[in-house]
Amino acid sequence: MKGNEAIAEAAIRCGADGYFGYPITPQSEVMEKLMELQPWNSTGMVVLQAESETASINMLYGGAGCGKRVMTSSSSPGISLMQEGLSYMAGAELPCLVVNVVRGGPGLGTIQPSQSDYFQSVKGGGHGDYKLIVLAPASVQEMADFVELGFDLAFKYRNPAMILSDGMIGQMMEKVELKPQQKRWTDEEVAQMHPWATTGKPESRDYNIITSVELDSEAHEKFNHRLQVKYRELEEKEVRFETTDVDDADYLIVAYGSSARISAAAIEILREKGIKVGLLRPITLYPFPTKEIQRLGAKMKGILSVEMSSGQMVEDVRLAVEGKVKVEHFGRYGGVVHSPDEVAEALEQKLIGG
Amino acid sequence: MAEITEDIKVAENIVHKKSSVLTDKVMHYCPGCSHGVVHKLLAEVIEEMGIQDKTIGVAPVGCSVFIYNYLAIDWQEAAHGRAPALGTAISRLRPDRYVVTYQGDGDLAAIGTAETIHACNRGENMVMIFINNGIYGMTGGQMAPTTLEGMKASTCPFGRDPKTDGNPLKITEIVAQLPGTNFVTRQAVHTAAAVRRTKKAIRKAFEKQKDKTGTSFVEVVSTCNSGWKMNPVDSNNWMEENMFPFYPLGDIKDV
Ligand SMILES: Cc1ncc(C[n+]2csc(CCOP(=O)(O)OP(=O)(O)O)c2C)c(N)n1
Repeated sequence: MKGNEAIAEAAIRCGADGYFGYPITPQSEVMEKLMELQPWNSTGMVVLQAESETASINMLYGGAGCGKRVMTSSSSPGISLMQEGLSYMAGAELPCLVVNVVRGGPGLGTIQPSQSDYFQSVKGGGHGDYKLIVLAPASVQEMADFVELGFDLAFKYRNPAMILSDGMIGQMMEKVELKPQQKRWTDEEVAQMHPWATTGKPESRDYNIITSVELDSEAHEKFNHRLQVKYRELEEKEVRFETTDVDDADYLIVAYGSSARISAAAIEILREKGIKVGLLRPITLYPFPTKEIQRLGAKMKGILSVEMSSGQMVEDVRLAVEGKVKVEHFGRYGGVVHSPDEVAEALEQKLIGG
Repeated sequence: MAEITEDIKVAENIVHKKSSVLTDKVMHYCPGCSHGVVHKLLAEVIEEMGIQDKTIGVAPVGCSVFIYNYLAIDWQEAAHGRAPALGTAISRLRPDRYVVTYQGDGDLAAIGTAETIHACNRGENMVMIFINNGIYGMTGGQMAPTTLEGMKASTCPFGRDPKTDGNPLKITEIVAQLPGTNFVTRQAVHTAAAVRRTKKAIRKAFEKQKDKTGTSFVEVVSTCNSGWKMNPVDSNNWMEENMFPFYPLGDIKDV
């Protein structure tokens, strides 16, 4: 099935409570599939087409505030509209899952795949000091698997999580193994598991407030400290990545999502030529595999950050190796997908030929 | 004296008491502001219906952002204008709960117009309370979508000129035309009688929610003494003379 359809199937099966979205290419199949599957008849999951992405993200706020597992999906321009809401959710410490099937920008841009929303996703995106938990799938299987993982991490850390995909993985057809249907949490379970949620104030507890406003700046600084502690814990415990062919490598490619697949093919071409290249594929873009890049980087003659952007993740790769290794960027962008040959050639030119 | 006081403190003599849904926090509103009165009415209705444990409130951005400090129900504080979107999800995911949003005119009828119209048009099962004071109170008296023609505000210091500033918006009449609303009314809280009528309207809006037949919308035409730069008595008079002709009180829709 298509990557976008896998998101829909996985959402129902993992027991999601609600999906709120607004159509935009190249991800409209997510909501179309959900509407076709009518999960409200099977699991009771709510699916609603909202009037805008602004409304969708604020519906997520309302649902998450009740302790429900709620999600949305969109593509770049729609995700831009959601930034205020995401900042509010991070500020109110609300869990949710947002899927961004990235297309080329800026502006209305193109409907073709891109990875140019990296900065927006991993550096916060909206106003204030906050982070999203960002997962980068490189296959249709991972599109499906990361729905549950995203919800789990979002609830564990009470923070919005994002699946940062792209038009290629969203539209691509691959075989997927779907998990068996899990039960949705009952209202009683929610009240027990998430005592912070607004579920209606029983006699037994004080009333709950979901908010992000604090006018006392000292108190607000304290709250911000608490957020930072959470982010340090995420960086400590939740970094996920995959490496291939790195043990004997002289050069390293760092690439996520579609670019990781293309880079794997490029590495085969280069190895046939006798150039030993390995791949590090970040699975979590935030938290970023900084330490591993630093460790591997120490053994490399050069690193190439391959991404369908003008060079965004490359900044984090550079920060990881702190100038000790040459780091270059390669990528086609604006909706153009690079070929394995182009990646191989770029590595030779930028890291060896020069 | 003390004995006498104790003597008269018997159940049959009590004509009014503070609602148990109101907290002990001192309200931050300016003297004469309508927000406090409407908070009190909302608390009384929730108490009298016995639904404190079943009600989830959504607070706006505006002067009433801290309404959650004053009413002891579960609250969510929304981004500016987005309360109806939050309310939509809450009421769909918790159809066993009463959902009430509480918004000012800037929140509900300017930045949040789309959310207001679409929630009401879908007929989301919630009570929407709309405080129309014709001005942006919280940010210091700027022009609101409901500011009257000729009325002064800090961003129309010579009075609202429809030619350049646009016209005042009767959002409540628009909402009444939408098939999703089951009760739309406009009230005020400037006299004891008006306060009683507003309480009745809020009660009715909540009662309507029992049948799950759509959105129940209560506008309260209100004063903003600081924003209008008038004392409470003058504000009430000014409201009667200027606001009521343009925003006439009474039920607009009841189905
Ligand atoms: C996105 C955004 N824009 C602007 C503001 C600033 N702001 C806060 S309250 C407000 C107006 C509130 O007026 P109204 O809704 O009429 O409520 P009142 O304060 O009069 O009760 C504005 C513009 C904000 N908080 N967020």
